[in-house]
Amino acid sequence: MSSTTSTSADQPTFRGSSLQLKNLCMAYGDIPVIRDVSLEIAPGTTTCIIGPSGSGKSTLLRGINRLHEPSSGGVLLDGEDALRVRPDVLRRRIGMVFQHFNLFPDHTALENVALALWKVKGMPKSEATERARRRLTEVGLGERADHRPRDLSGGQQQRVAIARALAMEPEVMLFDEATSALDPELVKGVLTLMAGLCERGMTMAVVTHEMGFARRVADQVVFMDEGEIVEAGRPEDLFDNPRSARLQRFLSEVL
Amino acid sequence: MDFLDNLVKTFFDVDSMLTVAPQLLTVGLVNTLVISAASTVIGLVLGMVVAVMGISTSRWLRIPARIYTDLFRGLPAILTILLIGQGFAKFSQSIFGPSPYPLGIIALSLIASAYIGEIFRAGIQSVDKGQLEACRALGMNYGRAMVLVVIPQGVRRVLPALVNQFIAIIKDSSLVYFLGLLVSERELFRVGQDAAVNTGNLSPLVLAGIFYLIVTVPLTHLVNYFDQRFRTGRRRPTAPTSGLKEVTELDAVSPLTTGSNT
Ligand SMILES: Nc1ncnc2c1ncn2[C@@H]1O[C@H](COP(=O)(O)OP(=O)(O)OP(=O)(O)O)[C@@H](O)[C@H]1O
Ligand SMILES: [Mg+2]
Repeated sequence: MSSTTSTSADQPTFRGSSLQLKNLCMAYGDIPVIRDVSLEIAPGTTTCIIGPSGSGKSTLLRGINRLHEPSSGGVLLDGEDALRVRPDVLRRRIGMVFQHFNLFPDHTALENVALALWKVKGMPKSEATERARRRLTEVGLGERADHRPRDLSGGQQQRVAIARALAMEPEVMLFDEATSALDPELVKGVLTLMAGLCERGMTMAVVTHEMGFARRVADQVVFMDEGEIVEAGRPEDLFDNPRSARLQRFLSEVL
Repeated sequence: MDFLDNLVKTFFDVDSMLTVAPQLLTVGLVNTLVISAASTVIGLVLGMVVAVMGISTSRWLRIPARIYTDLFRGLPAILTILLIGQGFAKFSQSIFGPSPYPLGIIALSLIASAYIGEIFRAGIQSVDKGQLEACRALGMNYGRAMVLVVIPQGVRRVLPALVNQFIAIIKDSSLVYFLGLLVSERELFRVGQDAAVNTGNLSPLVLAGIFYLIVTVPLTHLVNYFDQRFRTGRRRPTAPTSGLKEVTELDAVSPLTTGSNT
């Protein structure tokens, strides 16, 4: 699925790393939320995670970059034990995109993208700005570099957020309902951008309610419920032949 | 008529006002502003420390911050000023000399920092959690994220409250007169008070009051201005745009956009 057929010259390709979750468990206080989740994401592939509200999808993503520490189990990034790396260092290798964009409101689009390059990667300011500008151009916002988030549409804000994450040159990208807060006509643009990343070799874990996207773009679809993976496999298998009653029920509700 | 005459003599006697005016201006107003500004600056610094401690996850930072705040907010200002001003007089003498002026500033600073700390804390905590999360996801550590992104947003939001606090400090600065200031160190209230005793009418105090108002009233209007500006946001009015235009734009830049999208 993630061949590099229609990659244009000015769109860089990525070197996505593999990601493995091994018997991952997570909890809020003493309430278990993720229970024994194992998952393998091959380099340069896209895994879509679907499931009802409250099933633990966001929590799982936040466990991968350790915004919330797993209570047991393992996360392997490119074969390395991610739980042994310093969280700050780990997160520089994993990009994350949020439902509500979380752009910095006091900064322009350009500054949003450049800030971490400059302050975290320690790039000289001019170089950081230069790279930020390129990333913005790649997501179609070269002209909007000096706008503040409030002067951008939701779709544009989300594309700035994607550019911000990509600028750090991550090996894996996590998307948590990246289009759920967008107006319907703007959803497509963001999804297309995401599909493009997938084609260009990024490794992605995408929590989404867009079943069309999952079916079209995903190499693997994972259905979660009550903190567990109920079913996982190729999109056509899951969508056309759901085996578990829970997935059948879920699909009948959302499709 | 007699009553009215009396009233004017007591409160608005032009002669005594004119006599004391230069002193109020060159000694009283200057000292009031110096004391208030110095206390505010120290209060801002200490207040930020207390605020950051107060939102820490470690109780060893949080609890001292809490106690400090409760203490200095809960005591009457005059009590704090007297306890510190007289209690540490010996100690202060060895550093600053005999004048109680620095101790007065310190006492006011401590009181101010307790209030300012609460203002900062509320501001910082009102910033969307997603901001910190976005910073963390980009690989910033907690301190960086706070300094670069979260605290500036929080502080901007509480600017009106900080100006209010500055007004309160200006008024409270009159309390340092209890410490017995030297002639050249007297602030507005004390200068007015001394002159009132000499002239036997209250007009110098009324003039001192007018000086306070000249400083504080514009500040209250500054608060209103800030409030409006930040509450309504600074959004520039723009012509209505169509989301469809954005879709067209995006089609143009990305060769990947064309093709199956259903
Ligand atoms: N910060 C938190 N503290 C305590 N419990 C939480 C917290 N965040 C989530 N939960 C609980 O954990 C469970 C999983 O939540 P999570 O947000 O991961 O679900 P989700 O699949 O992302 O749902 P949605 O589709 O609504 O985003 C839910 O029961 C939720 O109430
Ligand atoms: Mg969620």
